Order: sequence, then structure tokens, then C-alpha cells
Amino acid sequence: MSVPLPYYLGLSAVLFAIGVIGVLSRRNVIVVFMSVELMLNSVNLTLVAYSSFLGDITGQALVFFVIAVAAAEAAVGLAIVISLYRNKQTVNIDEMNILKW
Amino acid sequence: MITELLVFVFLAAVAVTTAAAMVLQRNPVMSAISLIGNFFCLAGLYLLLRAQLLAVLEIAVYAGAIMVLVVFVIMLLNLGNEEKLTERFGMRTLLAAVVVLVFALEMLYLFLETHVTDGLQTMHPNAASIGTVESMGLALFSRFLLPLQATGMLLFAAVIGALILAKKHTP
Repeated sequence: MSVPLPYYLGLSAVLFAIGVIGVLSRRNVIVVFMSVELMLNSVNLTLVAYSSFLGDITGQALVFFVIAVAAAEAAVGLAIVISLYRNKQTVNIDEMNILKW
Repeated sequence: MITELLVFVFLAAVAVTTAAAMVLQRNPVMSAISLIGNFFCLAGLYLLLRAQLLAVLEIAVYAGAIMVLVVFVIMLLNLGNEEKLTERFGMRTLLAAVVVLVFALEMLYLFLETHVTDGLQTMHPNAASIGTVESMGLALFSRFLLPLQATGMLLFAAVIGALILAKKHTP
């Protein structure tokens, strides 16, 4: 008897909620960025859990692609942070409003 | 087995603790280290779910590549004056808490009360065989060949984009 599926789903929901708190309440753009990674990971956990319980490989293949896309997102996102910091000398997302209308 | 449950509870507790520490820490380097701990716990959970390849990838790509990049950027930007970046706990945080509470309750209700897990009491007998490098490789290079190629193109575009974005623009 393995660990029941709802345990994994509940843990994943809790981790996702913590990630949402980080995105909504923190002002440091790098911490916001890491919170997004946390949310991606909690969804990955759901996918892997369902994949194992259903005996279907699709979920794990999807997680593989999510990891690849997260790597691409990290590279581009951090490049944007660096270039923003070079122009504005800040990582506070409240001061990054040049695209605001 | 009771051992598996104990391992799960331990990993879940550490994962939630490190995630909370990541959000609550003032120092971004400590946040990054907490998140790396979280990734290791998730890799352990993937092993409990018999997903060997993804457990290794989680550590190699997330804890290895992505977090090294994040820590590198934190050091590069020299965020020593982080304390000045006041995190105001005003209306916005309150709103965030309400949104998250509603959202979390909704998700927990969906996962625990509805019947999304009916008929999935135990792990599938094939679970151990689908997470291996062999079966993942076979699936990725046959059924998921097109997405795999698209991912390659995406990574290529991301590398070029990152280079152009982070380059110093000298007129």
C-alpha cells in the first residue's frame, strides 16, 4: 500500500498557495521569480503523481517539457532582470513601471 | 508500507517549511538556498512516485542549473541594500492573503472532497517501469518527438534572447 494520491495532491496545493503568496506579497523581483518556479514545481508534483497512479507516461513527459521551458524562462527572465537593474538600479517591482500606461 | 508514509510525511514537512522560508526570508540568498532545499524534497517525492529520471532531472536542472543562475544574478547585482527594499504589509498583502486563502480552500476541496481520485487507491503496477530512462526515452523520441524538437528550438531562442537582453548596449 503506497502513499494515497490525495496526500500528494494536497501537498501540491499547499506549495502552490505558498508560491502565490510569494508572487503577490513580495516586492523583490528575484524572489517573485523564485516563487513562480515553486508554483511550476508544485504543478509538476501533481502531474507526476497522476502519472504514477494512472500508469500513463504522458504526465511525466509533460513534466520533462515543463522543466525545459522553466530553464528557458529562467534564462530570459534573469537577463531581463539584469538589463532592468542596469537601467534603473533597482529590483523593486513597484519601481518597474515603464510599461505602465 | 508504513516506512513509505513516514518518508512522505518527512519530505512533505521539509518541503512546506522550506517553501515558507523562501517566501518569508528577507535575504534573497537565503531564499534561494531554501528553494534549493525544496527542490531536493521534491526530487525525493518523485522517487517515492517511482519517477527516477525526473528525480535526477529535478536536481540536475532545477537545483543545479536554474538555481545556480539565480544565485549568480543575486551576487552579480550585489543586493546588499536589500533592507531598504521595504516590504509593506498593507492593503495589498491583506488582499493577497484573502485571494490565496480562497484559492487554497478551493484547491483542497477539489482534491480531497470531490471524486477526482476515485479508482486510484494504490499506485499503478506499471509505475516503476514507466519512470525509467528507457521508457521515457522511448516515449520522448516517438510519441513526443514534435514537442521535443519544439523544446529544442525554444531553448535555442531563449539562449539567443538572453544573450541579446543582457548584453551591454554600447552605441
